[in-house]
Amino acid sequence: MLELSPAEWTAVALSLRIALVATAWALPFGIAIGWLLARGRFWGKTVLDGLVHLPLVLPPVVTGYLLLIWFGRKGAIGAFLYDHFGVVFAFRWTGAALASGVMGFPLLVRPIRLALEAIDRRLEDAAATLGANPALAFFTVTLPLALPGIVAGLLLCFARALGEFGATITFVSNIPGETQTISAAIYTFLQIPDGDAAAGRLVVVAIALSLAALIIAEWLGRHASARFHGE
Amino acid sequence: MTVLSVEIEKQFGGLNIAARFQAAGGVTALFGPSGAGKTSLVNMIAGLLRPDRGFITLGDTILFDATKTINVAPHRRQIGYVFQEGRLFPHLSVRQNLDYGRRMSGRPRDPTDFERIASLLGIAHLLQRRPRMLSGGERQRVAIGRALLMQPRLLLLDEPLASLDAGHKGEILPYLVRLRDEAAIPMVYVSHIAAEVRQIATTVVRLDEGRVVAAGGLELLADAG
Repeated sequence: MLELSPAEWTAVALSLRIALVATAWALPFGIAIGWLLARGRFWGKTVLDGLVHLPLVLPPVVTGYLLLIWFGRKGAIGAFLYDHFGVVFAFRWTGAALASGVMGFPLLVRPIRLALEAIDRRLEDAAATLGANPALAFFTVTLPLALPGIVAGLLLCFARALGEFGATITFVSNIPGETQTISAAIYTFLQIPDGDAAAGRLVVVAIALSLAALIIAEWLGRHASARFHGE
Repeated sequence: MTVLSVEIEKQFGGLNIAARFQAAGGVTALFGPSGAGKTSLVNMIAGLLRPDRGFITLGDTILFDATKTINVAPHRRQIGYVFQEGRLFPHLSVRQNLDYGRRMSGRPRDPTDFERIASLLGIAHLLQRRPRMLSGGERQRVAIGRALLMQPRLLLLDEPLASLDAGHKGEILPYLVRLRDEAAIPMVYVSHIAAEVRQIATTVVRLDEGRVVAAGGLELLADAG
């Protein structure tokens, strides 16, 4: 049976924590950017769209390197966040979460944007005539109607975050217990002579986690659409 | 009595709308062929479309005045609107749809009012359903109930029967007539069908190509088939 060593358990727990934190932090930004891209008419929208999708097409190592430059202790944003909020990304699990969130972000934004674009805006007009100010109309009509898209985006982002390797290892290295996720641990085990068994166990865990995420998202998505299309 | 006064101009969708009319109590029909600008006109009254020039007042409230740059947002106008296609919220039950206006304005529940309107419209047995599970006629009755329950100062009905077949039209009209006779809310009723207008309206404003061509009583419909 599958018996994980304490070191392997650490990698699994860390991966889950990093992926969950990354997805949770990405969500509000993903909704905001998805909304801007779906509804906004402003100068530079194409640039924003491009920027959001950049992590999808850039080599992950490049994304990781850019994060290192900007979010490292001496980086422009990293120094600011450390001075004002005491937040450190470099070589910490928080940095791994940041890298995972950035890498998953385009996958989160896209379904949310599509869901928002598909919403009948006349329903928002109806909400307005019923006394809902724009913020209330957004939270009581727009957001619930976009829920299937949000769930789909969350799953894709979470899965991407769980499997992130290149950007993470470039940005925060491969420190057991701090930044060594399942992917990084598998990579490490494959580099040492007797590591095949440990790598194999983590591969099984990775497959199980990904499948579980898929099943949960499928169930949530069906639950959400059942709410609209029947009793 | 709450009087609606409209005097506006608007270039919209290739049509030059320049309309001036008043609606006092009862049901004022905006009557005219498709493309006469009727829907644009009610959208301007509701605040969903901004006129280029002119004013709209309801009682002593100025809803829109181009010269004073007043334009009250739709959610502050307290004007009920029954749309042609109902526009019920698909993710909410009938009860939640009916309750939506009250929730948004933060008023306390009023079960008596709720039950009175639900039974007036014959929708009390549908409360747990989703809009998907309703017939066209039921949907429009819920839409009317939803607009009424927000306690509007004015009720706009934009061709509320247009999406229904003949049988269901007959199902709704009696409710509207009852509403006219029982509720003290002035109504603006948009339609291009003279027979419908004859049954419900107390005043008729005839529109064509964005202009008011006549305003008065039901006798204006004499030549309208």
